Amino acid sequence: MRNQHKSRFLHQNMALHDEMKYSEFPDPFDKARKEQGCGEMNDQDDPVLMLLRHKDVRKCAHNWKTFQSGATPGRIVVPSEVHIRQTRQIPFEVDPPQHTAYRALVEDWFRRPLQPWYEQKLGALIQRSLEEALSAEQVELVREFSLPLQSRALTLLLNIPLSEAETWISWGTHVFRSEDNPLDSSKANVLYDYIDQQIARAMAQPGEDLYSHLLAADFQGRKLTTEEIKGVMILTFAGGRDTVINALTNTLAYFAGQPGALQFLRQQPEMIGRATEELVRYFSPLTHMGRVVTEDTQLCGRRVKADSRISLCWASANRDESVFERPNEVILDRKVNPHVAFGFSHHKCLGAPHARQLLKGLMHGLIEQVQSIEILQAEENMEHWGEFDRKVGFRRITARFHSLS
Amino acid sequence: MAKITFITSQGEHLTLEGHTGSLMELAVEHGVPGIDGDCGGVCSCATCHVHISPEFMPLTGTRSEIEDDMLEFAENTSPYSRLACQLTISEDLDGLVLKVAR
Ligand code: HEM
Ligand code: FES
Repeated sequence: MRNQHKSRFLHQNMALHDEMKYSEFPDPFDKARKEQGCGEMNDQDDPVLMLLRHKDVRKCAHNWKTFQSGATPGRIVVPSEVHIRQTRQIPFEVDPPQHTAYRALVEDWFRRPLQPWYEQKLGALIQRSLEEALSAEQVELVREFSLPLQSRALTLLLNIPLSEAETWISWGTHVFRSEDNPLDSSKANVLYDYIDQQIARAMAQPGEDLYSHLLAADFQGRKLTTEEIKGVMILTFAGGRDTVINALTNTLAYFAGQPGALQFLRQQPEMIGRATEELVRYFSPLTHMGRVVTEDTQLCGRRVKADSRISLCWASANRDESVFERPNEVILDRKVNPHVAFGFSHHKCLGAPHARQLLKGLMHGLIEQVQSIEILQAEENMEHWGEFDRKVGFRRITARFHSLS
Repeated sequence: MAKITFITSQGEHLTLEGHTGSLMELAVEHGVPGIDGDCGGVCSCATCHVHISPEFMPLTGTRSEIEDDMLEFAENTSPYSRLACQLTISEDLDGLVLKVAR
């Protein structure tokens, strides 16, 4: 009898330990950031010098003249997409002053998430996802929760009918890259063909959606070309997919592992804003982004040659102990939090207002309806960048939601 | 309670009454143009950049290192630059006049 008790206790303890692990996202850059300030990785014979310190990342993100985005399309992405893509993503792969002009065309559009009607509609979509999760026996969070919610939410940002989300959900989580071979372009073609069709549709039948907004826009006294519109739309789809799916999934995994955190927010819902920033810092769903060096220069004590590549490692900068106290802890009410998870300076994320509203809405929904989340099974999604292996999220993670009532 | 006057880039004067929270929150609540407060006040976006009228500088205390570093990369900075989210409303700030940086 006694033994039975004991083993059950141990079992519970082990389960607790596992769940804590789900909510933990270690920092693989720690040592290299302290010792060298940078790391190196090869990528298709076009190596990347990864900048790991907060100060260097911000400085180089700001200095677009020496560290450019407007290189050959695909080259600032790691792994490089130069061999699989010709279309320039806009405004992402453009430098000032042109970048400023392109951004001006879409800036207001991407701020629509801040309006009350948008927040309300987004709230309803989140509500629906949570109800589905609560009524199911178990849910695979990546495919059955985050992907559908991300897709439905994107219809709001593009201002198109909700039914369109079904198409995007059917693409699965790997539309832009094949899971095994990042350089397989056949997957990306699904998206490109789809966007071509959508632009053609909006040309024939202009509406109130983002495609039509771009078709009608005046860019320096002319209309945008179809190729430019495609460049904006591809970016909107690609930039807001894996990042949002990981942010949503990881948030759920975090609250599963830290039930006290949900309780804390239930008592202090006014901290949800800070909690959003803190979780985005901690997860840093976009690990790094490249730049092409335009002139010979020095970085973290090394000579860096013109036409070589560096990357701005947002994920490492966000754990920099010279900026963040207790960087590896989630402090939901962290008051001063100069994170760079949404990038920094000119190219800072256009989708951030949308992403923030989504995470805030999710937390509001959770504290109102969910008592706890239990993880049944999980497989981490590890990224490999040279010497660094980073957990960015989960490949699959099955959970059971317990209702508050 | 404190009365705070925001001068927008269009030259409009908006005098607002604040009780608690930060100057950024006060501005956002009243839709002061040029103050967005994207990060909600955690010092990571600089969309709450203001210039304090010189005579009021002593009232506002000193910038933290993190705020300073953030402002280093902001546009249109001056010795009077502050991030409005880092300034807490109190009676001491009554009468404060500041210019929105953009
Ligand atoms: C939590 C979710 C997200 C994270 C962590 C994230 C992260 C980032 C980062 C770090 C950058 C800067 C890239 C650089 O400097 O080269 C960026 C840019 C961008 N993001 Fe996001 N993003 C997220 C969600 C979204 C969403 C939902 C969209 C749109 C649907 C989006 C669209 C964009 C665009 C268009 C840019 C380029 C802006 C420019 O070049 O001026 N992102 N994002
Ligand atoms: S509101 Fe973001 S820095 Fe002040």
